[in-house]
Amino acid sequence: MSEILERPMSTTTAAATPLVKVRDLSVRFVSRDATMHAVNGVDIDLAAGEVLCILGESGSGKSVTLRALMKLLPKYARVTGGIEVAGRDVQAMNEGQLQDFRGSDVAMIFQEPMTALDPVFTIGQQIAETVVRHEGSSRAAGMARALELLELVQIPSAKRRLEAYPHELSGGLRQRAMIAVALACKPKLLLADEPTTALDATVQIQVLLLLRKLQEQLGMGVIFVTHDLGVAGEIADRVAVMYAGRVVEEGPVAAMMKAPLHPYPRGLLGATVHGGMRGQRLTTIPGAPPSLETLPTACSFAPRCELAEPACLAGVPPPNSPMPGRSARCILVPNLP
Amino acid sequence: MTCTSSFVDRGGPAQPLLLLTGLKKHFPIRGGLFGSTVATVRAVDGVSFNVRKGETLGIVGESGCGKSTTARLLMRLMDPDAGSMVFDGEAVGQHVATGGITLKEYRRQVQMVFQDSYASLNPRLPIEESIAFAPKVHGVSPSEARARAHEILAAVGLAPATFARRYPHELSGGQRQRVNIARALALQPRLILLDEPVSALDKSVEAQVLNLLVDLKEKFGLTYVFISHDLNVVQYISDRVLVMYLGQVVEQGPVEAIYDRPAHPYTRALLASRPSMDPATRRTEPPLTGDPPNPINPPSGCRFRTRCPFAEDVCAAREPVQTDMGGGHEAACHMAEPGSGHSQAGRLAA
Repeated sequence: MSEILERPMSTTTAAATPLVKVRDLSVRFVSRDATMHAVNGVDIDLAAGEVLCILGESGSGKSVTLRALMKLLPKYARVTGGIEVAGRDVQAMNEGQLQDFRGSDVAMIFQEPMTALDPVFTIGQQIAETVVRHEGSSRAAGMARALELLELVQIPSAKRRLEAYPHELSGGLRQRAMIAVALACKPKLLLADEPTTALDATVQIQVLLLLRKLQEQLGMGVIFVTHDLGVAGEIADRVAVMYAGRVVEEGPVAAMMKAPLHPYPRGLLGATVHGGMRGQRLTTIPGAPPSLETLPTACSFAPRCELAEPACLAGVPPPNSPMPGRSARCILVPNLP
Repeated sequence: MTCTSSFVDRGGPAQPLLLLTGLKKHFPIRGGLFGSTVATVRAVDGVSFNVRKGETLGIVGESGCGKSTTARLLMRLMDPDAGSMVFDGEAVGQHVATGGITLKEYRRQVQMVFQDSYASLNPRLPIEESIAFAPKVHGVSPSEARARAHEILAAVGLAPATFARRYPHELSGGQRQRVNIARALALQPRLILLDEPVSALDKSVEAQVLNLLVDLKEKFGLTYVFISHDLNVVQYISDRVLVMYLGQVVEQGPVEAIYDRPAHPYTRALLASRPSMDPATRRTEPPLTGDPPNPINPPSGCRFRTRCPFAEDVCAAREPVQTDMGGGHEAACHMAEPGSGHSQAGRLAA
């Protein structure tokens, strides 16, 4: 375990250049019948060792944004904008460079470990493969690292579990094994796509706490995609709320959950059932998110917003910042210098 | 509206609508050379509870605890291996002559809504046909069945003029779940089983559907059994709550008792596992370690003992019995049972 923790920390350069710098990212899926404007101008900054949660409902573009960071989108996706991860231009990389980049600089964990892990190889083999491929070490050294990693992610009787196939593990252990695969080459950036959504409540909290601990120990930057406000509250430093392919609000998690600036996260907070709401009528957001077949030219949330006024339809609201570190794409939020 | 329940309340308000005793469902796992039974999944293993008229009974538990198997047994989509079911004083599946209720009649009065709103609708039928299908099977004329389908669509918040002729793929997830609820209502049932009805929906849509369920219950005088893994949703909607673990009921009682004074260590851990919704009070230690064990070979005695911080020898030796904590609140834990032999026995008793 010790070796993994002794990662040379490039903190001196981290302050100067952010770990992730995304500018005006747009993703369109073009098919013969229609064009889907999945992501429409997203900016993301992530410092080294920071945890950012991208919060949004299905179809908001949160998973597409995450996949674009690793250039994992299919060929028919038209990606524009600048994506820089650890000082490298992801868009400009060719297949060979991407293979080195994925796994060593940046790694991803998914919602469904059963489909992300290979069913015909043991857990140990899958971790060792990554280590051998990226670090050129021997298989024996790879297996030794695999054992360390399984202990790091707190898998009980790790030695025995090295020989286990994914189907032999329970859901929680499988998710831990996938985290171990992702951490095999000490990535600087971990991308997590709803990794706890399929887990039971008592297991979800274990995995969240493990991720937070590993993030602190290893000093990784993490971008964590979720639809669950509660999960964001447990793990995030900062939150970016997405709606219809745009970040509508961004800020520190505590401030955002206490008093959201934008009407959408405000509605979302009111619609999330939590203790002590028995007998009360739930506040709902009327209607449904817009179809993204045409590029939104105004505030996408205006048709569902109770505060909407004609000015909302005049154009896409800019990210207004009423205080340092927070911003919202709403014309009702003041932009203070 | 003509949709109010047309069934006669036979036993009166004190008679439970549904009375389940000792329900068991085991699934054999076959293997070996001659397909012999090599193991048994004890999905539901001795479950007893009742559903009172007009209440919402919430059932919570993690995956593998048997809550969905319980729902399928309630609906008689599968036959229990043991145990009895009595619906408003009549034994389910027995001859009318011997004081029973036939399965066809039972299923007319008990309807179900599933989690997957798309898989549970016929993709080739417009939604009004899906809703009118069951009443037609039960002898309602096609024109009347369609008229009733339109009424119910309006009741669930979908304008019939816009939506009646649409196919399931033309609707959003929330709209499809409304159609499923409408279809369940079409036979004017008394009891609706909701198996994770909002789990697949986005939060803003979930709130709309929960509000709708509350409204419909009042409007049509319904009784709900609401199955979910989401503790917050169950707290919101239920009058009484049943907590299941590995095929058994570990605690049941009024919603306030379960959430304010949980007695069973599992219930306490489950409640403590909820995200805090406040970044300032994040948890540092998980309330439980490990995953729920496999229901194929459940632990002896108390099934929770392998994850329980209070487990002692007695927990492995003997199965705990349901102990009354007062006010209809029961827990199956040796610590709740005075004189059980546990060092903290009776500490939790009321």
